[in-house]
Amino acid sequence: MIRADHQILEAMLSHAENCHPEESCGLLAMDESGRIRMAYPLTNSLRSSTNYTIEPHEHFKALRHAEAQGWEIGGVFHSHPHSAAHPSPTDVRLAPDPEWLYVVIGMEDRPVVRGFRIIQGQIHDEPITFEKRTRQ
Amino acid sequence: MSATINLPTILRGHAGGSRTIEVTGSTVGEVFDHVSRDFPKLGEQLSSPDGGLPVFMNVFVDDEDIRYLAGLDTTVDDHTEITILPAVAGG
Repeated sequence: MIRADHQILEAMLSHAENCHPEESCGLLAMDESGRIRMAYPLTNSLRSSTNYTIEPHEHFKALRHAEAQGWEIGGVFHSHPHSAAHPSPTDVRLAPDPEWLYVVIGMEDRPVVRGFRIIQGQIHDEPITFEKRTRQ
Repeated sequence: MSATINLPTILRGHAGGSRTIEVTGSTVGEVFDHVSRDFPKLGEQLSSPDGGLPVFMNVFVDDEDIRYLAGLDTTVDDHTEITILPAVAGG
């Protein structure tokens, strides 16, 4: 079970809506406990509704920022503007890192956000709990 | 010259689990040749059949993508940080 602040969910959904009908994409930074600490909304350099590639220099800057906070880039999120929140065959083929969290935002009817691990071509559900924090 | 290479998680297993490695060379190409000698599996990820950089592999020298510098001929010195970033893509 992965945990994250609700703001992470809001950032991913907002980026997906802003990029629609193109695919949105971004990176996720985790702390030592595995909690998602930051969602970096980044540019899809393909500007496509069916594919994405994260713009490399933005990837580099996100990495630098995460490292400066003591975090590690440990996942990626992207939207499916016209299909479900499930990794596509292309996602599986291009998912190289079994340790990464792959978050897919399905925009078919209403937005649905789901997390996965992709290990040796096999898709495994990885539930994410988005927590709303109350101010003290 | 000895540059520091920052490795992404997926490639660390090819370098004994290290997050960074120190490798000698006066250009990125020379550094990668030495990587291939010392860490053959890692070297395979950094070369393509035509001898260039694989299209899915992004390499930064300090803060610059080497594709916008001199590619594998980009010079390095003792304070250079080389960061390897596999392209993140899907559909």
